[in-house]
Amino acid sequence: MADYKEIINQYKDLPGGIIEAYHALQKEYSFIPEDSIAYAAQVFDLPLAKAYGVATFYSYLKVGERGKNVIRICESAPCHVAGAQDVVNALEKELGIKMGESTADGKFALEFCECVGQCQVTPVITVNSKPYGDVTPEKIPGILGEYK
Amino acid sequence: MAEEMRIVLRNMGKIDPLNIDDYINAGGYKALEKARQMGQEALIADVRNSGLRGRGGAGFNCGMKWGFSYNVQADQKYVVCNADEGEPGTYKDRTIMENDPQSVLEGMAICGYAIGSNKGYIYCRGEYPYVVDILNKAIAQAKEKGVLGDFDIEVRMGAGAYVCGEESALIESIEGNRGEPRFKPPFPPVIGLWQKPTIVNNVETFANIPVIVEKGGDWYKAIGAEKYPGTKIVTLTGDVNNRTVFEVPTDTTIRQVIYDFGGGIKDGKNFKAVQIGGTSGGFIPESMLDTPIDFDSMSAIGATLGSGAVFVMDETRDIVNVVARIAGFFEHESCGKCSPCREGTKRIHEMMEKLDAGQGSSADLSLLERLGKVMSKACLCGLGQAAPSPVLTTLQNFNGEYQAKLN
Ligand SMILES: Cc1cc2nc3c(=O)[nH]c(=O)nc-3n(C[C@H](O)[C@H](O)[C@H](O)COP(=O)(O)O)c2cc1C
Ligand code: SF4
Ligand code: FES
Repeated sequence: MADYKEIINQYKDLPGGIIEAYHALQKEYSFIPEDSIAYAAQVFDLPLAKAYGVATFYSYLKVGERGKNVIRICESAPCHVAGAQDVVNALEKELGIKMGESTADGKFALEFCECVGQCQVTPVITVNSKPYGDVTPEKIPGILGEYK
Repeated sequence: MAEEMRIVLRNMGKIDPLNIDDYINAGGYKALEKARQMGQEALIADVRNSGLRGRGGAGFNCGMKWGFSYNVQADQKYVVCNADEGEPGTYKDRTIMENDPQSVLEGMAICGYAIGSNKGYIYCRGEYPYVVDILNKAIAQAKEKGVLGDFDIEVRMGAGAYVCGEESALIESIEGNRGEPRFKPPFPPVIGLWQKPTIVNNVETFANIPVIVEKGGDWYKAIGAEKYPGTKIVTLTGDVNNRTVFEVPTDTTIRQVIYDFGGGIKDGKNFKAVQIGGTSGGFIPESMLDTPIDFDSMSAIGATLGSGAVFVMDETRDIVNVVARIAGFFEHESCGKCSPCREGTKRIHEMMEKLDAGQGSSADLSLLERLGKVMSKACLCGLGQAAPSPVLTTLQNFNGEYQAKLN
């Protein structure tokens, strides 16, 4: 796994590049390692509180560990009425964890999100940002199988 | 039967979006050439004359906005394309960028020429990494061909904050900050990104520009509704037979959208409500379905065109439950900078959950209404101002649904 310092350094000359750096960290680790924030603050010449404030403002960014494959379930109104709750129940059952948790083997994280812009096929989930549409409880094992 | 009219989506399905030669062979980049021959002032005047109004929701005259930046003397100006598309139920900007990215780049370059800017940013939501890839490829091809001249375009990624669609919050985010809206004035066309004059336009707005420049403002303003001319891309979601995207003249009615394009309500059920403009839009009853979708007609019935999202609910849907979920959205997305929104969205959500659970009283309904009205005036940005709209419009148009759930 790449060193977080190397990743952050690649963005140091980009004006306002801290968010891009956080995206790059998350791409590598699936989350932003806690320690990397202090380093980012140093590289972008920001107070630590500010670097932390930016990282925690955005819901797509996650500070601190979570499972490698991030499953997000859209709960915006169109997905809500299309049966997002059934999908939540099926995912919780299949993975044996609750929303907001990660599996013990570190493979999966389960989160709510708002609309991901695929509302022609509600309800929608994403795994590592890849969208899956018209999701039903029956489809869950097959989707998860792609990541096991 | 109403018909589709493709101006923005003119190349959809006809060209390979990742092959710039296809775009050029279809007449692409001729408008940019023409714009440069017209000169800045004539160009801005013609865009203003076309009547094109921003497709991101606020409906401001595009050419007029460009004029503000053109008139400011500055060593640097910026063009920003708002591709944050966070409004639930909306997927039109994705559709444009996936099918014809070059049209957006060309529109931005024309704007750059008009205001005197050599640097553009596309702020694309973080949920669309696959669109970011398309955009980066398209930009690389345009640079290789040299079609953009000295105009440079860079893609920046959002990170899942709905409020960053608001232009000043978006600017904060490009600068690497928390995406909190700025106090206005000054407005971005005068003081924007890194304190420089900045035009922020929506993806759909930019994609309209090449055609308008090519065919002229007079041609454009004859299409659709008089005061909001042109077409609008609409995305249908919910209980309709065709959950799909299409482009229609702006004088198309809501009924035509739902029945002609959407194929009517699914499973032979009856219509109950439609929410237009995304999750901050008003809820519209059957009696108002013959309203045209243009900006002003929608405002006149207390609704909005917004992003063009059309969310249809059939007779079985529980309006109070849907509004409670929407209230949760706003509590989550409030940036917290101003108290009417930070506290208000939380209280609205609380009361809506209580009502949804059948534990509310009629006193709650009047409190909700008062709070909603205060928020729509007192909140700093459009998020908090529009957040009460689903509550207020359902209290008005679907009051029976609330009464039926009172304790
Ligand atoms: C909370 C909020 C969210 C917004 N989200 C978007 C968005 O996702 N895309 C967009 O183009 N405009 C959005 N806007 C409108 C922008 O502030 C701005 O008016 C628009 O980008 C200007 O471009 P236009 O004139 O081409 O519409 C949003 C506004 C608010 C208040
Ligand atoms: S209205 Fe809401 S989102 Fe807008 S600035 Fe105030 S707290 Fe932030
Ligand atoms: S509402 Fe769920 S993807 Fe848009």
